[in-house]
Amino acid sequence: MASKTLYDKLWDAHLVSQQDDGSCLIYIDRHLLHEVTSPQAFEGLRIAGRKPWRIDTNLATPDHNVPTTMDERVIGVEGITDPVSKIQVVTLGDNCDEFGITEFKMQDERQGIVHVVGPEQGATLPGMTVVCGDSHTATHGALGALAHGIGTSEVEHVLATQCLIQKKSQNMLVRVDGVLGDGVTSKDVVLAIIGVIGTAGGTGYAIEFGGQVFEDMTMEGRMTVCNMAIEAGARVGMVAVDQTTIDYVKGRPFAPIGTNWDLAVSAWQDLHSDTDAEFDHVVVLDGASIAPQVTWGTSPEMVVPVFARVPNPAQEKDEVKASGMTRALKYMGLTAGQAITDIQLDRVFIGSCTNSRIEDLRAAASVVEGHQVAKTLKQALVVPGSGLVKAQAEAEGLHTIFTNAGLEWREPGCSMCLAMNADKLGSGEHCASTSNRNFEGRQGFGGRTHLVSPAMAAAAAIAGRFVDVREFKGAL
Amino acid sequence: MQAFTQLTGIAVPLDRANVDTDMIIPKQFLKSIKRSGFGPNLFDELRYLDEGQPDQDSTQRPINHDFVLNYPRYQGAKILLARQNFGCGSSREHAPWALLDFGLSCVIAPSFADIFYNNCFKNGILPITLLDEQMDQLFEDAQGQLGFELTVDLEAGLITGGSAGDIAFSVDSFRRHCLLNGLDDIGLTLEKTSQIKRYEQKRQQQAPWLFV
Repeated sequence: MASKTLYDKLWDAHLVSQQDDGSCLIYIDRHLLHEVTSPQAFEGLRIAGRKPWRIDTNLATPDHNVPTTMDERVIGVEGITDPVSKIQVVTLGDNCDEFGITEFKMQDERQGIVHVVGPEQGATLPGMTVVCGDSHTATHGALGALAHGIGTSEVEHVLATQCLIQKKSQNMLVRVDGVLGDGVTSKDVVLAIIGVIGTAGGTGYAIEFGGQVFEDMTMEGRMTVCNMAIEAGARVGMVAVDQTTIDYVKGRPFAPIGTNWDLAVSAWQDLHSDTDAEFDHVVVLDGASIAPQVTWGTSPEMVVPVFARVPNPAQEKDEVKASGMTRALKYMGLTAGQAITDIQLDRVFIGSCTNSRIEDLRAAASVVEGHQVAKTLKQALVVPGSGLVKAQAEAEGLHTIFTNAGLEWREPGCSMCLAMNADKLGSGEHCASTSNRNFEGRQGFGGRTHLVSPAMAAAAAIAGRFVDVREFKGAL
Repeated sequence: MQAFTQLTGIAVPLDRANVDTDMIIPKQFLKSIKRSGFGPNLFDELRYLDEGQPDQDSTQRPINHDFVLNYPRYQGAKILLARQNFGCGSSREHAPWALLDFGLSCVIAPSFADIFYNNCFKNGILPITLLDEQMDQLFEDAQGQLGFELTVDLEAGLITGGSAGDIAFSVDSFRRHCLLNGLDDIGLTLEKTSQIKRYEQKRQQQAPWLFV
């Protein structure tokens, strides 16, 4: 038998049919839904008089629009002050009720960002195909699943047929060898990878993240990495299943139990690339040489180590790239050659499907403990990824550490990552953000986003500017 | 879905790489639960000088005259010329909905982001990938000649009207077939119902924990 990559194995196991031109019908095991990309899909089903193919594979929760202040949340859906946001949350609820789909509604403790909720519940499992009308669905690939984002027409297609029409991607291996230095996290690793391969480097590929750095990484760290595969252009990011994966899944509410658990674990042992499997493209990085990263521009590939300076477009040979850099500098209000550590910040955001899990919050809390947020900062937000993450953090006393340090402790949701609710940047404001996109206007009209790890964001909140978290204490 | 066969119209050159879907349609307009009405807010942050809000009368807003879509010479354009990695970022299908609602039903670029590319075909938009040098020529034509028009013929796989002569392009045969005929994917897939059911039976035996 020919050797296969993990992606090949997952693809082959879900292939329903294949046409001559390479178009394939792929079976979907888990479909996650949220309020923004699903209403038109449900409407389409209704118009065509179609029913969901397999209701039990669908799981929904509102996340993009939900308010994160206790004042609004305590009242429930009626408390959402933005009427347009409210309509979407209400519509998701109505659609799920009408079609019998399980939904963790806004006041359910299990509600949260869909990519935090799926793994947390064991609703996304190794070996599954997982889709959602959201590009950060790649997150679930951390479990050794084939997971990717889809558009709304495809949401409707999956609801109606349990399948998707797809073409197979090529295989890319991103191997990071060695051991990460202290203070360097999974977020720094993925930002460094995007810095190397570029924001379109993974287009047309499914990326497998391999090497010692990922073998040593926790599940939550792997989720952060796979989450941002799309920022490198790849719809799919994944990590092979190992004991870390299986230990993580065991005992979660939707995870298999009894004989099924034993059968599943036995099948999951095969969810890794064969040793002699061939990849179409291989990228290798040295983990020990990765430093804490900060983005300076308006694309995730515009990233440098924290001790570096803002690059100069004049030194870029590619004309289109150089003009993009010039435009980015203007938008960001930065000058070429400026030290990253000289960038003054207005806000800090710790949250999003990239970095709002318990380990992220622990990392941020350990940095801010005993310090005070810089007086120059307008706001520092901590938004847990789900109600259960929030409860866990509170059980550990993390919320008290945050609020004592002057950070705001909020209710779960996507929040300032994409500013669909009230949490947003003002025009011209600089934000240290643990989210995934630094596009123009992403966090608010005219807002200036710098992507960093939770520890780096926490240190920046205290200093009011970027500091190397490895030298944090000395820098104060 | 509306079929795409042949299109003739003004080509508007958007000369920047990595145009993301947040730029194509900003988040505040994703709160609609409809598929239509996004056209006035296509490229909202580039087209207008103020911050746009849903349900606002866009005809009363201050226009950014420096943005190419607002140049008088490109009014009524049907074809968008773009640069590398067009449509990157969010999977929002509101991006192709906005392009279509605005009147742009063909995008020509050296490369597209995967999800956006796929979303185009579901909405009767034809994304065409050309070589960098072919793109450079089309940009030069569109920037240089007033009223520059292209004709895109999907049946023939040909773009005509460029100064360097006809340009051939190709699209996957299945996608081409669906686009030419305006076919609904779901209906086509449901014709394979028995195959899907056979797969499910086999899968249930192999992975029973997925069927509890």
